[in-house]
Amino acid sequence: MTAAEPFATPDGPDVLRVSGLHVGTGRDTLVEDVSFSVGPGERVGLIGESGSGKSLTALAIMGLLADELHASGDVRLRGVDHELLTAGEAERSALRGDTMSMVFQEPMTALNPLMRVERQIAEVLLIHGTRRERAAAAAAARDLLAAVDLPDPERIARRYPHQLSGGQRQRVMLAIALANGPELLICDEPTTALDVTVQAQMLRLIVDGVADRDAALLFISHDLAVVATVCDRVLVMYGGRIVEAGEVRQLLTRPQHPYTQGLLAASDLEAVDALGHLPTIEGSVPPGGRFPDGCVFRNRCPRGDERCTTWPGWTGTERSGYACWYPIGSAHG
Amino acid sequence: MSDRFVAEHPPPDVAGSPDRGRSWGGSAIVGATIIGVIVFTALVSFVWTPHDPLLVQGAARLQGASSEFWFGTDRFGRDVFSRLMMGARTALFVGVVAVSLAGLVGTPLGILMGMAPRWLSQLFLRTNDLLLAFPALLLAIMFGAVYGASTFTAMIAIGIATIPVFARVARSGTLQVLSSEYVLAARSAGRSRPAIALRHVLPNIGGLVIVQASVSFAIAVLAEAALSFLGFGTQPPTPSWGRMLQEAQELVAVAPMQAVWPGLAIAAAVLGFNLLGDGLRDRFDPRLDDSR
Amino acid sequence: MLIQLLTRTATLLLSLAVASILIFAFMNVLPGDPAEVALGVGATPEQVAELQARYGTDRPLATQYLDWVAGLPQGDFGTSFVTGAAIGPQIVDRFLVTLWLVGAGMVIALVIAVPLGTFAAVRHRHPDGVLLAGVSQVGIAVPNFLAGILLIGLVSVQWQLLPSGGWVPPAQDPVEFARRLILPALSLGLVEGAVLARYVRSTVLNVLREDFLRTARSKGLRPYQALVRHGLRNAAIPVVTVLGLQLAVLLVGAVVVERVFVLPGLGSLLLDGVANRDLLLVQGVVMVLVLAVLVVNYLVDVLYTVLDPRLRAVA
Repeated sequence: MTAAEPFATPDGPDVLRVSGLHVGTGRDTLVEDVSFSVGPGERVGLIGESGSGKSLTALAIMGLLADELHASGDVRLRGVDHELLTAGEAERSALRGDTMSMVFQEPMTALNPLMRVERQIAEVLLIHGTRRERAAAAAAARDLLAAVDLPDPERIARRYPHQLSGGQRQRVMLAIALANGPELLICDEPTTALDVTVQAQMLRLIVDGVADRDAALLFISHDLAVVATVCDRVLVMYGGRIVEAGEVRQLLTRPQHPYTQGLLAASDLEAVDALGHLPTIEGSVPPGGRFPDGCVFRNRCPRGDERCTTWPGWTGTERSGYACWYPIGSAHG
Repeated sequence: MSDRFVAEHPPPDVAGSPDRGRSWGGSAIVGATIIGVIVFTALVSFVWTPHDPLLVQGAARLQGASSEFWFGTDRFGRDVFSRLMMGARTALFVGVVAVSLAGLVGTPLGILMGMAPRWLSQLFLRTNDLLLAFPALLLAIMFGAVYGASTFTAMIAIGIATIPVFARVARSGTLQVLSSEYVLAARSAGRSRPAIALRHVLPNIGGLVIVQASVSFAIAVLAEAALSFLGFGTQPPTPSWGRMLQEAQELVAVAPMQAVWPGLAIAAAVLGFNLLGDGLRDRFDPRLDDSR
Repeated sequence: MLIQLLTRTATLLLSLAVASILIFAFMNVLPGDPAEVALGVGATPEQVAELQARYGTDRPLATQYLDWVAGLPQGDFGTSFVTGAAIGPQIVDRFLVTLWLVGAGMVIALVIAVPLGTFAAVRHRHPDGVLLAGVSQVGIAVPNFLAGILLIGLVSVQWQLLPSGGWVPPAQDPVEFARRLILPALSLGLVEGAVLARYVRSTVLNVLREDFLRTARSKGLRPYQALVRHGLRNAAIPVVTVLGLQLAVLLVGAVVVERVFVLPGLGSLLLDGVANRDLLLVQGVVMVLVLAVLVVNYLVDVLYTVLDPRLRAVA
């Protein structure tokens, strides 16, 4: 059972359109029946605990899944007349770094340690022919470094990654991702590895970066507060499925899925229980592919019963809805 | 400098099956089987060989394989199969003595140096690196030059040359164990250094040492074969695979199979111990724990 | 960077000094005089005394050591007690042969190992990659002298394609030189290639899992482009280290292979020295071999810092 709302044609307005995405190892299913779309200029958050399948979803869209993982379903980009998952490596490579690009979680390991920063940025311009000459690409690289607010771009450009701080490296990654003015930017926990003090600045750079280029953003995080500041709309993922979707404000104030409610409670630092403990979601995410049948959350859900042994299906529209037999608004339990 | 470690200890192959490190892999089983066959053959040779491996039969020189002589005879009419069986004894004997010597001296030395103060540990490392510049074969030739060539000098020389290899492995393993949290806890609880060495370090680096022993055994078998080939190891008439190869070289135009049999024996033994070492490494190497 | 270079150089010189003491001490541990050893059992005391006086072995060991070491930088390794000839020039002559052999063996090994090891890593989930890894595992187990004998049996005896041994200097006849170098170099290189291929495979496997390789692909590089442009240089660093260490193995391998192919290299010189009980000659050759190993390790350390910017000191 996928989203109730029928999808528009591939030439529709959406920048990214994912329907019925499955990712698995052949033995285990890690992402199941994920469908969503990202409109032009829209900033969509993908939230959930680690192991919920957020990163796999992003990597499947980018076509960067590890060899042992297989994706199926339908992924379409605006302006590309074919489906991406079944496209050849040549076509996909041509899109990566150009039409769509990605910033990864770990700035410490994501850059080539043996290559100067300038060349790593210039490379993405040369690959896609945005600049034809090395010198021009190098100059553009320095402009990009300045655009991500790195002081003294001339000096940073000549450095190796190990000579930069985590925050500086992540800005270099952002410069690479934005270099060719992508239609879609995917950020996978871009600030998780950074000091709190530089997180806010990084988030502002991301938001400004996509706004300046009129790009769409798919922003992955486990942190509701971060998503709330960056995104217009949120998709909540758990156990490889999207369990709730909605506008940020609506989802934060009136969550429908018990899992979303749990996440909200866990991120509310003001709330403590009688013993002074922060609220948490009971239990932990089972290791990949070992989620229960039916509703994937039922073994941790305070509201679950026998009915939850079958998957509840989607209630609402693709842009706003949930998958739960007993949503928070209902009278149950 | 710890990069030198790779020489005796290739980087772990983390890309294998997901249950690697928990069960015995195929390579360990294949390796153990090959070694088992060789050990069995060597043991049987004490009580039975098809022919007397030393018996010279002028009438039966350089025969091909037959039901009488399974792998044929050499230029003195000696039965090749019987000599191969007895050669297994020589190879294993040299390996056992050399590896035991190296392990029993090198491992405590390495542990000691791992627990020593930093400057001493560094000094040791430099000295150790220097000693590694003397390969087993070179040391054995020097031994042969000074003390005369024999199986004994060969295996002692191979053993001595292998001491620094064990010392290095034991030292780096010790450093790893000492920096682990439970040892820090034991130290802060006031346990003495020897107690920590016995209770924590030795059991934890045991796996590494066993892996190294298997790999070193392969190298020792190769070294003994090379030395005997050069005339520095086992002396005639005692059969040795390396010596048999040397004798076969002169006859390669007439009886090429004479070189194939001892060659296969050496290669099988080396392959067996290498495979076993690989398999053991998959199981024991603690560095696999933090592999992705 | 300069300080690192100086420290490394100092370490090298110190190592050489210690190595020379070790070698000298070892060759002189036995009671008795090298002159006696050289003359054999039947020598009269007068003959021994005369030889001792001639070669200065009646002096204290420390003096003899200093005398020996002082000559080394000028290539003076002393005079053989057995042949009465200067040792230095012999060593230089023979070392050239060994260098050709080891150099050619290393080139063959690299030509085999880099592509095959990379292929085996990239295809490690496919049957062909696994097969290749297995073949290299078997290749490691083959002693180089066995490879040599089998090559002679096949190429020289069976097919009569190449000579089975001997040496012709390149200046005298380049074609014949090459024809005679091929088989011994193959004996060394094939086995060494198997050893290196395994290292290449495992380092490339590690690099394939690196995040920056995924980043490279996210920029629009195809997998093999990403590997070539970003991966191989990173994989080269550990391989270069191993290469330096393997040189010791190759030098020792050359000792044996020279015997198989009757090449007048350092190894043959060493073995002749042992056979003739020419201890000073043995001492000299061992010193040169150890020196070669230490110098190469030193060069590898230096090369390492050139390859990896992370190791260049940030002063």
